[in-house]
Amino acid sequence: MKLGIMVSEGPYQHQASDSAYNFTKAALEKGHEIFRVFFYHDGVNNATRLTVPPQDDRNIVNRWSELAKQYDLDLVVCIAAAQRRGLLDENEAKRNGKDANNIAEGFRISGLGQLIEAGIQSERLVVFGD
Amino acid sequence: MTLHIVNKSPFETNSLETCLRLARSGHCVLLFEDGVYGASKGTRFEALLTEAMQNCKIHVLLPDFEARGMKADNLIAGIETVDYLGFVDLVTASERVQSWL
Repeated sequence: MKLGIMVSEGPYQHQASDSAYNFTKAALEKGHEIFRVFFYHDGVNNATRLTVPPQDDRNIVNRWSELAKQYDLDLVVCIAAAQRRGLLDENEAKRNGKDANNIAEGFRISGLGQLIEAGIQSERLVVFGD
Repeated sequence: MTLHIVNKSPFETNSLETCLRLARSGHCVLLFEDGVYGASKGTRFEALLTEAMQNCKIHVLLPDFEARGMKADNLIAGIETVDYLGFVDLVTASERVQSWL
């Protein structure tokens, strides 16, 4: 089945990022298709490659990147939520005159239309948040 | 059938109570994250859940229940346990998923 996922809570906040990851991984292992994972509101912080959690803790950001690589996942970050929170890719950094970018591998920045499309194209949309 | 997923403790927000009030007969409810506290035996929510189970099936995500120091025998009778694979099955078996955030 084709599933869409939305994450609206940041990593290491409560549990939404972990729940979304575990659910996505389980769905993929069962052979379902994940149409897209959309990161909205504080959920965009799942995409910063500058996090440095302790070595004995899970690395939520890298975990998403690795899953994306393994299953060719579409990880989309909401552009308006990202800009407010200082999450930039190379293009956005240039466009806004910033000296660096911080998006992790496997994520891309795009608009809210991508969430709407995920809602239309997926047979189920599962929302994880605060 | 709608699957309602509740991730907040009933001692923290009223999302579980609202969910159970609005869930229709035949719907399913999954308690996960802090929502699992609602599934434990002997709290003031036990009667509410037991009553709700006359019309709805209630599940609990066992990894989240156990992560909070509780075991399956602390569950209110009738509540079924699932793991993440079971969570996926509940989603695919339902027509839609309602998150009670």
